[in-house]
Amino acid sequence: MRNRPLFLKLLSAVIVFGAWEIAGRIPVSYAFPTFLESMSALATLTLEGTIFTAYAETLKPLVVGIIISAVLGIGIGLWTGLSAKFDWLFSPIFVVMQAAPLAALIPLLIMVYGIGLTSKVLVVCIMAMPVIVLNTSGAVRNTPDTLKEMGRAFLGTERDLLLKIVIPAASPIIFAGLRLGVSAGFIGAILSELKITPTGVGDIITYSRSIADYPSMYAAIFSIIVLAVLFLNLLERVERHLFKGNIRGYVSD
Amino acid sequence: MRDDEHDVEYAVSVRDVSKNYGDVEALKDLSLDFPRGQLTSILGPSGCGKTTLLKIIAGLLSPTSGEVEVNGKTVTGPGPDRAFVFQDFALLPWASVIRNVAFGLELRGVAKSERESIAQKYIKNVGLSGFENSFPHELSGGMRQRVGLARALSVDAQVLLMDEPFSAVDEQTRRKFQEDLLSLVQQESKTFIFVTHSIEEAVFVSDQIAILLPRPSRVSEIIKPTGIRNKGTDNIRRDPEYLDIVDRIWASLRSYVE
Ligand SMILES: Nc1ncnc2c1ncn2[C@@H]1O[C@H](COP(=O)(O)OP(=O)(O)O)[C@@H](O)[C@H]1O
Ligand SMILES: [Mg+2]
Repeated sequence: MRNRPLFLKLLSAVIVFGAWEIAGRIPVSYAFPTFLESMSALATLTLEGTIFTAYAETLKPLVVGIIISAVLGIGIGLWTGLSAKFDWLFSPIFVVMQAAPLAALIPLLIMVYGIGLTSKVLVVCIMAMPVIVLNTSGAVRNTPDTLKEMGRAFLGTERDLLLKIVIPAASPIIFAGLRLGVSAGFIGAILSELKITPTGVGDIITYSRSIADYPSMYAAIFSIIVLAVLFLNLLERVERHLFKGNIRGYVSD
Repeated sequence: MRDDEHDVEYAVSVRDVSKNYGDVEALKDLSLDFPRGQLTSILGPSGCGKTTLLKIIAGLLSPTSGEVEVNGKTVTGPGPDRAFVFQDFALLPWASVIRNVAFGLELRGVAKSERESIAQKYIKNVGLSGFENSFPHELSGGMRQRVGLARALSVDAQVLLMDEPFSAVDEQTRRKFQEDLLSLVQQESKTFIFVTHSIEEAVFVSDQIAILLPRPSRVSEIIKPTGIRNKGTDNIRRDPEYLDIVDRIWASLRSYVE
């Protein structure tokens, strides 16, 4: 059955949304709307155009932060993975960054960079970059020695080895890092809008909660989850397109 | 025994090579010559330094002392005159069969259409026609090693270095490979250096067998099974001389196997 994965996805969506609907009807809490109420609030937000202006605002720090994290993160990851010296210098920073409680850092960021776009981009980067860097450097360090040896035996230059062997071999784990980084970046973007200044989707969440319009609040949260899932799917598609053999398995299977 | 062979030209000469890994002396003062156009096996129990020796000849490792000459020139690194077939195939899992076979040429900067037509020819030679666009994980172990062999053949090096190329394939495939290797040696005017730990395999395919003993390794004996070389693949395995040589090698190796 060719469409089995699609069918399973739809089935799991129906189960989750069904559970949400039932939980809303019981209700679990007066602040927990049903699935249908939330969807109609989402429709209203969409028709009014509120959701689009909100995303225009939210996507700015999100996209900028994720691009910076991806480019810089993969770059630094390659560098630290290839050179023990840079690993020694940089890795601790990202380990600390990954472990640091972000909420505690936000007041510090506001003090230094104010409440503008810079601080929000930084929050996204702090969330997204460490896992990208650490995955990339780990993957590069674990390139099978025999593949590198093969490259040298067949007269590859250092550049050939990096571009044609090390990076493709590391790509599944680099992409896994990117996916985790992107999800963390989404969390960072919303967190920054809740903790720094309420703008964009964060503003819808804060405002509708303050006037007890819970369906709108959940509609906003739902929309950001949908966007994140769509984005991750896109990333997976890019990966599949670039590295066919990798997805289908490894020689050492 | 060497005196009557003054006129033989050597493609590869290993002179007084030693190799230490920290405190481990893997090779000690090893010297060995490889006659041009012939297949020389390096035979010995595992851990005796066969891979180390082959990688030194390939230029992938540098010896602690001593030197290797290929066509009279001292080896300082990998070169176009040598190609390597790896024990674990070393194929790129993300690349199709044809890209894997053409990879050596790709690294040499040969244009895509040209390298693919050369690769195509060797894919056919090793019997993989129709699998050009398959990926390594879709192939059996034996087919993967054929890809590794085709890759080494397509760069057209004079010396082919093979590190236990058949050890990861099943017994039937292995026998077929040994027979194919014999006809390859006849067709191609290349020098083959073939590492194995199987006595029968060494006697079956070799013009010359160098027996390595551990450790630190040196060549303990050189055997030339010349009498059985022209008997045809079907008859070798029950030839009395073949069985004799196998026995003789086992007698000298058995004391090293616990
Ligand atoms: N990179 C290395 N570091 C330390 N010791 C090594 C290394 N490579 C091989 N050795 C040691 O050198 C000896 C010879 O190894 P190797 O050449 O792989 O033997 P063989 O191929 O005959 O099995 C072994 O004892 C092995 O443990
Ligand atoms: Mg070995």
